[in-house]
Amino acid sequence: MNFAFTEEQELIRDSARKFLAEHATSERARAVMESDSGYDEALWANIAQEMGWAAMVVPEAYGGLGLGMVELVILQEEMGRRLACAPFFATSALAGQAVLFQGNEDQKSDLLGRIAAGELSASLAFSEPSMGWNLEDINATWRQDGDGFVLNGVKRHVVDGLDTDLLIIAARKEGSKGCEGLSLFALEGTLDGMACTRLVTMDQTRPQAQIELNNVSVSGSACLGAPGTAADALDKTLNIAALALAAEQVGGAQECLDKTVEYVKERVQFGRPIGSFQAVKHKCADMMVEVESARSAVYYAACIVDEGTDELAEVASMAKAYCSDTYFKCAGDAIQLHGGIGVTWEHDAHLYFKRARASRSYLGDPAYHRERVAKAIEAFDTSVDHFKYGGTV
Amino acid sequence: MDLNFSPEDETFRDEVATWFSENLSGDFKHVRYRGGSGDQSEMFAERREWERHMGRHGWSCIAWPKEYGGRDATLSQQVIFAEEYARAGGPGRTGHLGVELAGPTILAFGTDEQKKRFLPPIAAGDELWSQGFSEPNAGSDLANVRTKAWLEDGLNGKEWVIEGQKIWTSLAQFADWCFVVTRTEEGTQGHKGLSYLLVPLDQEGVDIRPIKQMTGDAEFNEVFFDGARTAAENVVGAPGDGWKVAMGTLAFERGASTLGQQMDFRNELYEIVEIAKRNGKIKDPHIRQRLADAWMRLKIMRANSLRMLTKAEKAELAPEALIYKIYWATWHRNLGELFMDILGDEAEIGDAAPYQLNGLQKVFLFSRADTIYAGTNQIQRNIIAERALGLPREPRGNT
Repeated sequence: MNFAFTEEQELIRDSARKFLAEHATSERARAVMESDSGYDEALWANIAQEMGWAAMVVPEAYGGLGLGMVELVILQEEMGRRLACAPFFATSALAGQAVLFQGNEDQKSDLLGRIAAGELSASLAFSEPSMGWNLEDINATWRQDGDGFVLNGVKRHVVDGLDTDLLIIAARKEGSKGCEGLSLFALEGTLDGMACTRLVTMDQTRPQAQIELNNVSVSGSACLGAPGTAADALDKTLNIAALALAAEQVGGAQECLDKTVEYVKERVQFGRPIGSFQAVKHKCADMMVEVESARSAVYYAACIVDEGTDELAEVASMAKAYCSDTYFKCAGDAIQLHGGIGVTWEHDAHLYFKRARASRSYLGDPAYHRERVAKAIEAFDTSVDHFKYGGTV
Repeated sequence: MDLNFSPEDETFRDEVATWFSENLSGDFKHVRYRGGSGDQSEMFAERREWERHMGRHGWSCIAWPKEYGGRDATLSQQVIFAEEYARAGGPGRTGHLGVELAGPTILAFGTDEQKKRFLPPIAAGDELWSQGFSEPNAGSDLANVRTKAWLEDGLNGKEWVIEGQKIWTSLAQFADWCFVVTRTEEGTQGHKGLSYLLVPLDQEGVDIRPIKQMTGDAEFNEVFFDGARTAAENVVGAPGDGWKVAMGTLAFERGASTLGQQMDFRNELYEIVEIAKRNGKIKDPHIRQRLADAWMRLKIMRANSLRMLTKAEKAELAPEALIYKIYWATWHRNLGELFMDILGDEAEIGDAAPYQLNGLQKVFLFSRADTIYAGTNQIQRNIIAERALGLPREPRGNT
């Protein structure tokens, strides 16, 4: 048992931190916010191709590096620090996972191969208007039509959805209910009957799209795996994506703390740095307690995922609930402790605050995830042996 | 990063689990689950016998070196030991202040003679210890210690003579020895001029008065030293270096001993989950959110301490070590409140006259002390802000 990064993992973190500090700057994020493009194309090309990050969690059999969840959360944490405007999360943590869990060999070979090579960006179209994050609530439909399928419905909150090469669409068989009949369809380009709209998002560093599907015909090979069997794959994908997003939240929260500590050491009022006042110090201390604990939650959950146990859903919910609260608190406190400058457009504090707000509800808010943990507690038999893996409490 | 135990670790687990199941039976069956938080005096004599029994079989202080009665246990083995101890329902450890604080302090700062004199009786469960740090005017401001000591010729050569008062001394009424921070250089202030003395409690110049706390029990004491004596060699570290040694003791409070504490917390949480299932509160959406929060935070507390202890093995001072105290104390106090809210109206009703409360009520009441002793939450925030974040130090008034 060793709850610290290996040398290789430290190397990944250090090189990511160095690269992103240089390239994923606030100036470049603001340039993306002003532009029509949803992300920083040069940054994505760097990340996906030169740095090879898109290959990181793709299995070696499909041209990737075959690294695990710990490596994914390391990269996500660093990207969260810098608000990197690139479809890495959408490609690696959402669409890539869906293909990995649900695709057949040909589909995995083709799609994951191109993702690993940095040639394909992708996202997952899961949620819908007034839907939330339960599989059972999917309304978009598919029906068989000869060798192919016809899709109908509206997908919403598709991150980077207008800007990625590939979209994975979640839909159910017409007339099916619950977790039955769910399928995933891989669509490249805009097809007839498909309308994609960029939504105006409060967080301008991660765009969202709405995808309307009106009798869209797709080929038989667009359906990942066997039709109607995608529930488990979708569930796993959402859990892994929630954990990856939690890691990003830790990075963002850490940056809020670092920037705040730097500021309160320099800002002088009443003849003293404001960081010498307990009202300020204690708020900073509370931020650190939560940031470090959120980080522990993410690393612990990532280890559990890499062990491949059946606790994935519970630890992902733990991380997502905790880190969402932590990021939002730290981003809010950062504004408060920066005083007037903190509420201006010019200062970066609002960028983090808005990302914290957006990622708080995306993939399920803290109350949703705590309720999932509560269900696990209800089903838990406190008399049985639960001491595996570092003593799962 | 890897949370798996090795095959050797699993063999160790089997050995520990087998020993507990064979030994927490027969004469010791009745001490299982006894003497928890807020109930430290429960069945004390029987639990002290259990401590001796563990000592005889080399299980009382596994992290210590073999030559002093330990097993040179690795971090993984300490984790396993804590888990198996809790699973077997091992009782509150009567020797914990010796095993976890006095022993490691003597190991780190003591002379060879002190190690030979004091460590084996702790390992054997024969000598119990208490902690003489706080005073009426030295609580959060520990460096304001006024208890004084000086060297005099005594019947057995040079001896320290001690005058003053300690307070909040846990379990002193049962202890044989006390490690006492005293001012040994007249006219000194703050951190300077303090010495860390080891003082026997069974003697004329020591008066121990239990303090009845809001649970109705008395776990803490006032200890009055009025011409109490200890041999000149019973000073840990050099005279005048007591502050450094005392800070070492406080660091051990954040060490591997936390693993056992979390296991006790786990048992408490399981108990309240079972009660909520029985009385239907588990269906209350607000209670569900709070239970989930407590559940998650306990896992996170454990992950925090595994991170901190992994770094400690590599001899790094981890900033996350500084967050540990405020995290567990706040969690436990909140758990006490959750206990009461899940019990509802029944939370009011105790076990027996005149004022015998049940274990959950005691946790609820005693946990109000958790966020005060060993550094209040407010002091913890100062420490985190100053030492981990590098914010300016608190200005000091004249003392």
